[in-house]
Amino acid sequence: MTTFLVRRLAFACVTLFAVLTLVFVLVRIVPGDPAQLILGDQASREAIDALRQRLGLDLPLSQQYTVFLLGALRGDWGVSMVSGQPVIGEVLRVLPWTIELTLVSLFIGVLLGVPAGVYAAIHRNRFADYAVRISSLLGLSFPPFVSAIILLLVFAIALPWFPVISARSGSVMAWYQSITLPAISLGLISAAYVTRVTRSAMLEVLSEDYVRTARAKGVPWNVVIWRHALRNALIPIITVVGLYLSILIGNSVLTEIVFSRPGLGKLLIGALNQRDYPMLQGMMVIYTLIVVLVNLLTDLAYGFADPRVKLK
Amino acid sequence: MSTGLHAAAPSPFVYFASATLKAFNTNKTSWIGLAVFLIVVLAAILAPVLAPFDPNDQNILEKLRAPTLEHWLGTDSFGRDTLSRLMYGARISLIIGVVSTLAAMVIGTAIGMLAGWHGGRLDTVTMQAMDVLLAFPSLILGLILVAMLGPSMVNIIIAIALTSIPPFARIARAPTIAVKEREFVDAGRALGYSDTRILIVHILPNILPEILVMGSLWLANAIRTEASLAFVGLGVKPPTATWGGMIREGFENILDSYWLALVPGVAILIVIFALNLLGDGLRDAIDPKLKGEA
Amino acid sequence: MSAAAPTQWPVLAVRNLTTAFRVDGEWTTIVKGISFEIGQRETVAIVGESGSGKSVTALSIMGLLPAANSRATGEILLEGRDLLKLPENQMRHVRGNLISMIFQEPMTSLNPVLTLGFQIAEALIYHRGLKRAQAEAETLRILERVRIPSAASRLHEYPHRLSGGMRQRVMIAMALACRPKLLIADEPTTALDVTIQAEILELIKLLQDEEGMSVAFITHDMGVVAEIADRTVVLLNGNAVEQAPTAELFASPREPYTRALLAAVPRLGSMKGRLAPQRFAIVDPVTGAAEVVPDTASTAVVTERPVLEVAHLVTRFDIRSGVLSRVSARVHAVEDISFSLHAGETLALVGESGCGKSTTGRSILRLVEPDSGTVLFEGEDVRALDRAGLRAARRRMQMIFQDPFASLNPRKTVGGAIAEPMIVHGLLGRADAHDRVRELLRRVGLSPDMASRFPHEFSGGQRQRLCIARALALTPKLLVADEAVSALDVSIKAQVINLMMDLQADMGLAYLFISHDIAVVERVSHRVAVMYLGEIVEIGPRAAVLENPQHPYTKRLMAAVPVPEAGRRRLRRGLSTTEIPSPVHQANYVPAPRLYREISPGHVVQAFDA
Repeated sequence: MTTFLVRRLAFACVTLFAVLTLVFVLVRIVPGDPAQLILGDQASREAIDALRQRLGLDLPLSQQYTVFLLGALRGDWGVSMVSGQPVIGEVLRVLPWTIELTLVSLFIGVLLGVPAGVYAAIHRNRFADYAVRISSLLGLSFPPFVSAIILLLVFAIALPWFPVISARSGSVMAWYQSITLPAISLGLISAAYVTRVTRSAMLEVLSEDYVRTARAKGVPWNVVIWRHALRNALIPIITVVGLYLSILIGNSVLTEIVFSRPGLGKLLIGALNQRDYPMLQGMMVIYTLIVVLVNLLTDLAYGFADPRVKLK
Repeated sequence: MSTGLHAAAPSPFVYFASATLKAFNTNKTSWIGLAVFLIVVLAAILAPVLAPFDPNDQNILEKLRAPTLEHWLGTDSFGRDTLSRLMYGARISLIIGVVSTLAAMVIGTAIGMLAGWHGGRLDTVTMQAMDVLLAFPSLILGLILVAMLGPSMVNIIIAIALTSIPPFARIARAPTIAVKEREFVDAGRALGYSDTRILIVHILPNILPEILVMGSLWLANAIRTEASLAFVGLGVKPPTATWGGMIREGFENILDSYWLALVPGVAILIVIFALNLLGDGLRDAIDPKLKGEA
Repeated sequence: MSAAAPTQWPVLAVRNLTTAFRVDGEWTTIVKGISFEIGQRETVAIVGESGSGKSVTALSIMGLLPAANSRATGEILLEGRDLLKLPENQMRHVRGNLISMIFQEPMTSLNPVLTLGFQIAEALIYHRGLKRAQAEAETLRILERVRIPSAASRLHEYPHRLSGGMRQRVMIAMALACRPKLLIADEPTTALDVTIQAEILELIKLLQDEEGMSVAFITHDMGVVAEIADRTVVLLNGNAVEQAPTAELFASPREPYTRALLAAVPRLGSMKGRLAPQRFAIVDPVTGAAEVVPDTASTAVVTERPVLEVAHLVTRFDIRSGVLSRVSARVHAVEDISFSLHAGETLALVGESGCGKSTTGRSILRLVEPDSGTVLFEGEDVRALDRAGLRAARRRMQMIFQDPFASLNPRKTVGGAIAEPMIVHGLLGRADAHDRVRELLRRVGLSPDMASRFPHEFSGGQRQRLCIARALALTPKLLVADEAVSALDVSIKAQVINLMMDLQADMGLAYLFISHDIAVVERVSHRVAVMYLGEIVEIGPRAAVLENPQHPYTKRLMAAVPVPEAGRRRLRRGLSTTEIPSPVHQANYVPAPRLYREISPGHVVQAFDA
């Protein structure tokens, strides 16, 4: 188990380094002078030079890299061009919103998706199965902003059940009001995904020899499904859901825009549109950290679910 | 000795054509998906002929009209005809989607096959690199790439293609490894065939179905990414009509002219759904277990 | 051990069982109205080749057929009660309780995420209503009865820690937990090594005596049938063509198919006194007419220089583990192997799984790179060849693999596959290659018109012939047959072996015949080498090694082989539980030097501690 963990941690560090380097390279290969792009065409030479010096762009590349890396590891991610505040502070302020949205959406997705997938697998090739398959296919065909817009139109504009702008203000009710529509809009898409994965994993498992053995033993069918089959199906399901999380995080950006919800997404879009490089760098770092953490957790879950993994 | 094989054998071409037909027929919905997709493609190609108006023709007097006989899908805030913009937007989405997916398919497959074939260090290093790229939310990576490079059609294609390469590499690698272990590959080596020959003549045809199915499913994804980019403001620059851009503009007016955001949204949904139906149906054909007839 | 004749109350009476499946909308009948009975304490063997319907019969009895696409009619009476008429919830109480079944693949038949103890206890919990603690205690008792070492610690272990033989014991424990009246065993030992198989068969016999239960044993191995069955039912294409007490069936088979089947089975010991390998006397399954096989002279050309000379061949595989992927251990697959092979001669490499016989074959062809040693092929050092030289050398040494289904590219026509080697090596143009393909197809007994078909349209035996044709395309001198006939049905096996021997007589081919089936080896080989843990422990002329084995492992191997002659049942041996050790050693392990003694001309044995 320890080797397993050490291996995963090592991979996490490698990923982090790779992405940080990628960030560094990306920001600097942009055509044109970053400082000039920030200040615009009309800026004077002195202003541009001053900004370059402030950004540390006049130092040799290798030095820029070390400064950048050390800073990132120390927690000093620079200062936002737009707000003048430390990047890390801005990021941490909105991070909980995004995490909350992601987790609730995932929860909805699994809660709806796993039973639906199992149900479809048991009734394969019958009407229930086709219905589940088509609807889950439709569900995951929705671009996240389309499902968000539709929900907004129906439940916030046409029927004023929910506010158009989702930012809570204290009470449980307010929290519920602000998270429901965004979470459902993401959650339904996640549920579609989880349903498909569960269905195919269950079908795979149900055709395995050990399910036949369980039936030959006289075990009741529902026990075969839930204890013998699903436990094995969880292994690939966990793997795929873990991979899906990074897609979910990407999708949350779009949802946050539609529902005007604070979070990493809004911060990112602002930084992109205004060329706020320090902020962009910081955002990439935080996204990487999130994904790396998610991968680690998935691996741990995987290790618990599959006794064969424990040995490593 | 020759039981049951008395009929004349069909030529290989006929055999493959009938196998493809059978694949489509396995899950009838793939025909629907194909049909809808082809309609959209046709509409896009014939847009210059079919579109009632010039998509960039502004007419302030007609702005923000609900659907009428003259403008079947209404007009936007500049008075431009939504239907025409929709048809032209289809061209952008399709071109970007198809080109980026094809590029990613070719490059990703080559990488995956080579990694799977050689194994060892090359494989580990390549796949770790792919994993690193895969781990990062691809939409965000795409956003940042386009923001850095500047939103033009070429750059968008590059950005989407780059984020699409790792999945294709993964998809090509697993069956390559599986097929590599099969004895006809060993037989080929024992017969003195070169590695290249084995890869191209023996392994590739055997993994092609999976790659093509993945291609059609990924095309849906590429179109969705393009729309997302445009929605966020990083699509092909206005005034060119893009579906995502139309939704973006429509979103600004969402309280009174909801159809401006809804119509292109539904259009994207339909195209993606059609492609998913197609790809999914084909996938059922090549993997019998998923159909439930193990 | 006496054969029990069916009493008034047979435990199981199958009457006119017909089972059909629906595939792609069409109904096909697999089992066509078979009837048989199994009496108290009786063991009935159900034999047949693939497609005969034996497994489907077993699944029909257990009610395990897929409900949507299958249909079973007739009567299956378990002590008078018709199982086919039972609703599912009552049938569930029969399964695992009154009738139990064990399957062929022990590696995949146990649930990987549940502990062994739980999987066995489950049957007790559902059928006997025992509480968890009681069930565990009973499970411990059962595990000890199936002779699993350190049973107490196994209760909480997971299946992946056990070997195939051990897993099969666990399966048996699971099946016997509720003391069923009937045990159905569907090829339970086919996937196991022959020494392990012997132990499992002994175990089943012993438990049958202790429990007083009946056994339905499904197999294609006539040797196993002779060892354990009181009566035998022979299936062909879903029909029961013959049933009789086993002794009678073997001594005087009535039906032509039974005669054909028995004629195709190699019997260990039947080659005593014959010097050269011999073809099978094929009996026509329809007419019953038997071939007459004259005694043939040996095809080996021992006067010239051997075609293949292997000296001190070593092949090891690294195992990497730990965070830094350092080499922690090595698999010593081939350790210091030496032998020679003449033109027209067949040398067999026999051994059980993990002994290195396959790796030896692949090392010689350099499909796997050996670590040290010399391989001289027609005097040329194969290991020293560069890429171009190796390609040229590969024209003359070819390999046939075990799995006829995986050996051909599914996307190429068979004609294309056979022609490809000639075209790739630039030997013939397309038109000439086309003609040669037709000629080769005829040579291996297939019609030349089949060249444009795809592999999936052929049967297993036909595909193996196609592989032989492809190997012959380059007119090789040496053919390595790596378990080439192991996956084929009994009668097909005999035909393909006859083909190989004919080709050897015609073309002077040298065969390196790799197999675990000693009975087959006895028929086809001039010389035999026995391998164990990567080393040759005994090598020599076939008669010398098989009739006068010296090394203890050879003796154990010979003793474990089931002989297809009724009345040759072995006495009950003391039950042992051996595991086949693995040739994995630490990274710094240096093997001790081995000594060899020559017992008689050409018969060499590795020195062992007595």
